[in-house]
Amino acid sequence: MKPLSRRQMAWRAAQDLEDGAYVNLGIGLPTLCSDFIPQGREIVFHSENGILGMGPAPRPGEEDKDLINAGKQLVTLLPGGVFFHHNDAFLMIRGGHLDVALLGAFEVSEKGDLANWTTEDPNFPPGVGGAMDLAVGAREVRVLVEHVTKEGRPRIRKHCSYPLTAPHCVKRVYTNLAVLDVTREGVVVREMVEELDLEGLQALTEAELRLANDWRRLAAPEV
Amino acid sequence: MIDKRVRSLAEAVSGVRDGATVLCSGFGAVGEPVELLNALRETGVRDLVCVANNAGTGDEGLAGLIKDGRVRKIICSFPRTTDPHCFEAAYKAGKLELEIVPQGTLSERMRAAAAGIGGFFVKTAAGTQLGEGKETREIDGELYVLEQPIKGDVAFCRADRADRWGNLIYRKSARNFNPVMAMAAELTVVQVREIVELGSLDAETVVTPGIFVDRLVVV
Repeated sequence: MKPLSRRQMAWRAAQDLEDGAYVNLGIGLPTLCSDFIPQGREIVFHSENGILGMGPAPRPGEEDKDLINAGKQLVTLLPGGVFFHHNDAFLMIRGGHLDVALLGAFEVSEKGDLANWTTEDPNFPPGVGGAMDLAVGAREVRVLVEHVTKEGRPRIRKHCSYPLTAPHCVKRVYTNLAVLDVTREGVVVREMVEELDLEGLQALTEAELRLANDWRRLAAPEV
Repeated sequence: MIDKRVRSLAEAVSGVRDGATVLCSGFGAVGEPVELLNALRETGVRDLVCVANNAGTGDEGLAGLIKDGRVRKIICSFPRTTDPHCFEAAYKAGKLELEIVPQGTLSERMRAAAAGIGGFFVKTAAGTQLGEGKETREIDGELYVLEQPIKGDVAFCRADRADRWGNLIYRKSARNFNPVMAMAAELTVVQVREIVELGSLDAETVVTPGIFVDRLVVV
């Protein structure tokens, strides 16, 4: 089997963003999604520090130190983009005005619980940022995460072992091996990479999986 | 005549008492009133409770106050930002108390103080460690937690342009926490790039009306 690269994972998640959607991309892997919006779709990216219509990184010579994203990287403003202050930025998040939040994760449970803010490592002071607000506030929360940890531990679990960001919030998970939906009936496999079957995927997943009747192969171009 | 301009950074930061709750604006270093916080450090004030999104960048501004041991407690959403070594050293040495607040709750708690609201229920943090010990209520079938206002004794903010009445205009994403912090303190001190003649700011584009501002200093 051939797992997707991180850029391919971002490509796959980007294909599901609909024309006209207002979207917040979490720090790290989800941020890559903005590189892969299909031609002809207008997506408005929201940044928690007060931007709608956020554009890509600036070209050399066009950097503006007052224009950054949530990860404190320099960005640009697209035509039609606007600035606002923190209360409005979080009113948009918490009041259900964002269509999609695409977030990173440490773990997701079969009930859609999300753990993405702390591993309780005593050497690593915790920080939550806007993660809890996004998890409860966006109309749909989707997660982008490697299927297992570097040590091979499944990240899709019966129960999260790390402290929760929010319970019952995740609707869809994109991993390097599969696309999964969290439903009332449990975790449903929508797509799997070539040469992987349900048994093979289940062996890498703690939560119990069901295969959708109309499941497909997960494939992404070299990006 | 109303003239909120002061002549120096020292005058701008005068009168802050030991133990004060200080709202420090900015998102990382963007929109942070670095020079005001440097001047505050010069006053020797101690035991501060600082409210900020992050816990300081590099060695200046909020980071400098932490480095010198002037901050007893920091209330923030995400302490580690670009170059957080002053925070990390103080935290590991057990010299700095840390309260983590979700970012939207942090800004809304200050807005509540500004608006005379005694608390509010929000879904954020319900069912998590950060909601533990807080009063909860079920509203329309969902769990909410009660959050309390945060009021500053003083707020330090940064804007792009002002007039002598204290009307403020910001620049791009440097706006961030500045408008809410400016509203939520007993004393609001703002450093600005430029002070322009009264009447020359476009009234349609002023973000913070001067009623919230007490002192202005050009940096």
